[in-house]
Amino acid sequence: MSRTTRDLRKKSPIRKAPFVVITAFLLLWLIGVATGEPGRVLEQAVQVCLSCIGIG
Amino acid sequence: MEAVRKWVQVIMGFLMNSSWSFPFTRTIYQGPLKVLCAPGLNCYSCPAATTYCPLGSLQQLLGGLRFALENGQYYFGFSVLGSIGVLGGLFGRMICGWACPFGFLQELLHKIPSRKFGVPRILSQGKFVFLLVFVIILPLALVDASGLGSPWFCKFICPAGTLEAGLPLLWLQPNLRNTIGLLFFNKFAILLLFLGWAVFASRPFCRTVCPLGAFYALFSRVRLLKLRLDESRCTNCKACHHVCPMGVKFNESPDDPECITCLACMNKACKFDAISLEIGGIPLAVPDRGLSPVSKP
Ligand code: SF4
Ligand code: SF4
Repeated sequence: MSRTTRDLRKKSPIRKAPFVVITAFLLLWLIGVATGEPGRVLEQAVQVCLSCIGIG
Repeated sequence: MEAVRKWVQVIMGFLMNSSWSFPFTRTIYQGPLKVLCAPGLNCYSCPAATTYCPLGSLQQLLGGLRFALENGQYYFGFSVLGSIGVLGGLFGRMICGWACPFGFLQELLHKIPSRKFGVPRILSQGKFVFLLVFVIILPLALVDASGLGSPWFCKFICPAGTLEAGLPLLWLQPNLRNTIGLLFFNKFAILLLFLGWAVFASRPFCRTVCPLGAFYALFSRVRLLKLRLDESRCTNCKACHHVCPMGVKFNESPDDPECITCLACMNKACKFDAISLEIGGIPLAVPDRGLSPVSKP
């Protein structure tokens, strides 16, 4: 590791915000999973979406 | 590093579109992998798609929310929002720069030799309007007699859907050709507009319209992996302004919502090692050319 990188690491505080945000969205995802949403998403995703094509 | 990024773009595009049996099945992939969220804009009705499109799924869930609630199903779109939220918290718009097939396509088109133009900065606000109005409000608010809303962005705008789903499926399923009308021609014109514009300007769709890019842009300050400016080294030479494909003036706006972390400013432009990549505040790598901090002019 270069000296510059080492020096910067020493004086760099860890940012907490990303961990809070990631945890919050992970919880949101878990709530979605608990309600059975992925099954519904899969049902929709395996059907041809006529709106996407531009005819529905 | 640019070559690495290109390879990552190719591999990610392939991972999201790795079902190649469609010339025989003449329809889309219908297997269990489609429970996985595509990080970038990749239509789930593309015959080769093996993941779901977060924008498409979110609109479908919101459009069907009233109907679902009446049937005791609480499908608010949390699993979709959670998936792209985690990705946003980790990478933000780095996804756009490294893992979005439609962004990659625009980059390739921009390599066609021609006169190049910028994109007025004010237009970059448009994508937030598309996210709010076309992806959230209209599918939720405008419902038919049976309580179902439409995926407005997919239906009226999305050029990725026209390109990846519309054109291939019209080729694979001739009976669909009889059903095309104004809606299709409108979407086809939008596709041509953005493909043509991408030759002359860098990533016009990403900068002005893409709701997924807008969503990831919300994480520009709080994402785990991002670039950092060392103000003590920056000489304000503005070299970073000239290489940025998104029109970002990095030293003036280091957490810019438009930054796709392509690393061009860090690797190609800054000669003073003022730009570095960090993960959660810890520098991953600082280009070390033995320079000491400079005083500003
Ligand atoms: S802005 Fe949209 S289309 Fe562009 S790279 Fe990002 S997700 Fe893809
Ligand atoms: S600011 Fe730098 S890393 Fe971000 S998009 Fe522009 S050149 Fe790429």
